Amino acid sequence: MTATAEKTEEVGAVESFTVTLKILRHDPDGLDGREPGAEYWEEFQVEAHATDRVLDALHAIKWEQDGTLAFRRSCAHGVCGSDAMRINARNRLACKTLLKDLNPARPITVEPIKGLPVEKDLIVDMEPFFASYRDIMPFLMPSGPTPERERLQSPEDRERFDDTTKCILCAACTTSCPVFWTDGQYFGPQAIVGAHRFIFDSRDDGEWDRLEILNDQAGVWKCRTAFNCTEACPRGIEVTKAISEVKRALTSGEV
Amino acid sequence: MTAPELTAPRRPMNRRTVGGAERWSWIFQRVSGVVLIVLIFTHLFVNLLTGDGVSQIDFAFVAGKWASPLWQWWDFVMLVLAMMHGTNGMRMLVNDYATRPFVRAMLHWALRISMIVIIVLGSLVIWTFDPCPTDAAGELLEGVPSFCESVL
Repeated sequence: MTATAEKTEEVGAVESFTVTLKILRHDPDGLDGREPGAEYWEEFQVEAHATDRVLDALHAIKWEQDGTLAFRRSCAHGVCGSDAMRINARNRLACKTLLKDLNPARPITVEPIKGLPVEKDLIVDMEPFFASYRDIMPFLMPSGPTPERERLQSPEDRERFDDTTKCILCAACTTSCPVFWTDGQYFGPQAIVGAHRFIFDSRDDGEWDRLEILNDQAGVWKCRTAFNCTEACPRGIEVTKAISEVKRALTSGEV
Repeated sequence: MTAPELTAPRRPMNRRTVGGAERWSWIFQRVSGVVLIVLIFTHLFVNLLTGDGVSQIDFAFVAGKWASPLWQWWDFVMLVLAMMHGTNGMRMLVNDYATRPFVRAMLHWALRISMIVIIVLGSLVIWTFDPCPTDAAGELLEGVPSFCESVL
């Protein structure tokens, strides 16, 4: 619609364009004559470069156009996991998504992640998500006396749970899961990833406590292998595979 | 701000989770799914692609198939597995979407009852099927399989 790539005179200059962001806003206070809790779409036009990410466009809006726009971000470099949002109907990190990769010729939709209560604009209440994470006891549970030096582990043993150590708790997977949307009882993919990281750790001895929790009605059996989580993960964790490994441990009785 | 207090982990809270009922339901769903693929596609192949194809299906064709215990058992297993597989799948959807306990219980009972009614009706048809019905005068009706001539 508005992608008029301007002629760049300098050779090698970064291409710039105007991009429209269509943001699903949520106003808990009811300002400007709106009902408290009103939801509405608002469009913003931003001048952007091909090197800009969605987060840069959100910054431009907040700093130059509408200071009331609320969203979370901390490190802004894909490590802290604060700025997961639903961009063009897919969960991504705003700081890892380049505008030019999203077809800037059309308006880019930005929504809060689904399945968690929205507090304002793109900010959701993450507490149900963290509660599930706490339920699976995400800490080392060793047995026996505490050794006087570090707990050693072979590279092969480390390899078993290497993938799931990459999780940054951004909630992109859990809030892309269709079972999580319908059913507040499901632990969600992230909690199972978090449990996987300890269940398959040779230094940890709490695996059956965690597996028993995931054997619950709200646990791994709710998973229908939709693969939304694997697709959504900004860290490239094979989430569905991790869930299936937990299922296999439960059916075979072997970790 | 203080860190959230760690509560005791979630424990199995009802009899469904005791003994791994959800696990068995999941395993059943996978196993019955694989078995059903074989049963249904063989069924379709035999009925629609062998012999005269779709035009061969009439009373005599069905009667001829059910004269053999193999096909009686085939269709019976297919009926029971398909109904249980479907009911189990619907049960999971009810658990997803019906949050009010009363509605959930009603839907679960409706599912169970309809499953049992259909399995009973279907089994009756399979096991009490008469391939050679006669009219009041004791003559064979039209369209019965050819082997009825020798049986009568």
